[in-house]
Amino acid sequence: MIIPLEHYLIFGAVLFTIGIYGILVRRNIIGILISIEMILNAVNVNLVAFSRSTSASPETGQIFAIFVIALAAAAAVVGLALVLALFRVRKTVLTDEITLLKW
Amino acid sequence: MISEMQTGIQIGIYLVMALSVFAALAAVNLPNIFHAALAFIGTLLGIAGIFISLRADFLALAHILIYVGAVMTLVIFAIMLTQRLSDPNVRQHNNLSAPAFLGGLAFLTLMAKLIYTTPWPVKAAGTVPHVSVMDLGQALMTTYVFPFEVISVVLISALLGAIVIAKKDPL
Repeated sequence: MIIPLEHYLIFGAVLFTIGIYGILVRRNIIGILISIEMILNAVNVNLVAFSRSTSASPETGQIFAIFVIALAAAAAVVGLALVLALFRVRKTVLTDEITLLKW
Repeated sequence: MISEMQTGIQIGIYLVMALSVFAALAAVNLPNIFHAALAFIGTLLGIAGIFISLRADFLALAHILIYVGAVMTLVIFAIMLTQRLSDPNVRQHNNLSAPAFLGGLAFLTLMAKLIYTTPWPVKAAGTVPHVSVMDLGQALMTTYVFPFEVISVVLISALLGAIVIAKKDPL
């Protein structure tokens, strides 16, 4: 560890918060998907930092980071397929114009 | 001499972190969603640099390969297929900006306080061995073989599901 663990954790927390902000304020579904990917990446930074500094078996954090990357890829694929199907039917990707299930 | 080199590396790491955070802010704030995707690619490259600074070299390469090479390409395809590109007047943000900013700031302060008050059991420098690709593969095939199999089932079902959902005529 060439810089303290806390700085990596703060970096992860900042990325996580920016991702949450993006999910809350974006109207475009693709923008929301990008923000979700950002949150998963912030978690990966934390996992790898812990595996480097505190873990009993140092490969555990990297293995779980690989699992998170695989799940994020699966989520992106299904999410973008849903966006394409939605756009074909409703001609929009803006969340507040999709009110099919709202009163 | 060695300490000078260390300070240089430290400054480099902080620079990469600052650039990634800046690119992340651009990715959530830029009005054009295509530019936001490009900014997010910058964030991903910065995170790969952070992985390298933690000596997770295989993970950094896999990260660039999967995210920049595959996921972001897919996202850009989706943007080009769906966006009303001719119409730059569509608002990209809703009215929640101020409350979301304040809530995020409060959350971040809480997290920073927690991070700095927790006594992390950090090991002394140099005692943690370097994790090679071989170690990763062995752990994947012995300790974590069950999650590995579950991930492969999840991936194949996600691919099939994406094909079925995005197909033109429903089943």
